[in-house]
Amino acid sequence: MDQYVPLIRKKDKQPIRFLVVDDSIFARKNLTKMIDVFGGELAGEAGDGCTAITEYNRTLPDIVLMDITMPQMEGIEAVERIVRQHADARIIMVSSVGYQENILAALQKGAKHFVQKPVRPDVLYEIIRYVLGDDAEAAPAVTTLAGEARL
Amino acid sequence: MKMELIQPFINSADAILAQVMHCSTKIGDVSMEQEAYRRKGTASVVAIHGDIEGRVILDLDPKTAIHVASQLCGAPVEESEDIVRETVNELANMVIGNAVTLLNNEGHHFKVLPPEAHVEAQGFAGSDDTEALVMCFETPSGDIYLNIAMRYNRRRKEERAAVEIA
Repeated sequence: MDQYVPLIRKKDKQPIRFLVVDDSIFARKNLTKMIDVFGGELAGEAGDGCTAITEYNRTLPDIVLMDITMPQMEGIEAVERIVRQHADARIIMVSSVGYQENILAALQKGAKHFVQKPVRPDVLYEIIRYVLGDDAEAAPAVTTLAGEARL
Repeated sequence: MKMELIQPFINSADAILAQVMHCSTKIGDVSMEQEAYRRKGTASVVAIHGDIEGRVILDLDPKTAIHVASQLCGAPVEESEDIVRETVNELANMVIGNAVTLLNNEGHHFKVLPPEAHVEAQGFAGSDDTEALVMCFETPSGDIYLNIAMRYNRRRKEERAAVEIA
């Protein structure tokens, strides 16, 4: 996987915290790995919409990566319920089902963006940067003893 | 079964497998079947409801699934029943989800349900109006089977048309 400039929160210089919501453990692991490569921190995980709401209230993440097709409660309904309670929630839909009606419905309920599976890390990274906007900045480069700057 | 329904699945499978497995694929055997589906390895089934109804099965052997899992994770993965099942479900989700996206954008309105493991050795027979198309995608890591059985839901289309006229 490529190297990415780690993003941190501008207000307290802490890593960006993510909530990953997907009914597939495999997909969650894959997204968690990407978050790690981006220098982010996993705040929580959920396998359905109901648990996502509980986990959002518990962890108050900076970004939610939310699947659409899930058992019990689908992602779009979970978005609506989270945004109703937290108007500033930043939710990115991550789904293989990305037709216009679905994307529009998610955006109308308050999602900020959409990325289609299979997820390309470079695409997800750029979307995260875009959604965070001015609330995030690049982490300062660490200088090693040899004087080389590294990410 | 109409080609306009099948082509998006072929395109999607071709593109997703190439992206996930970093290789080109070739379509091998293609057949129409009315008999019950006979599972070849680990299979995942996705049900479709709406203007189009039916189901799609993705089926691959455990060794191919482990190879796909390793490619998805970017590192070697140890073989276990859970990982194989999860991989097949996730691959089915991506292949079928992308095809469904294409079909919905072309004006067909329907929904997919989350993938479920198809554990029976046999099942999901076709019928007079829902023949199943079975396709084999040959990859360097093994064969991947796609079994598509779908039909237009005439009643649903008529209902939608009536609402639009009203």
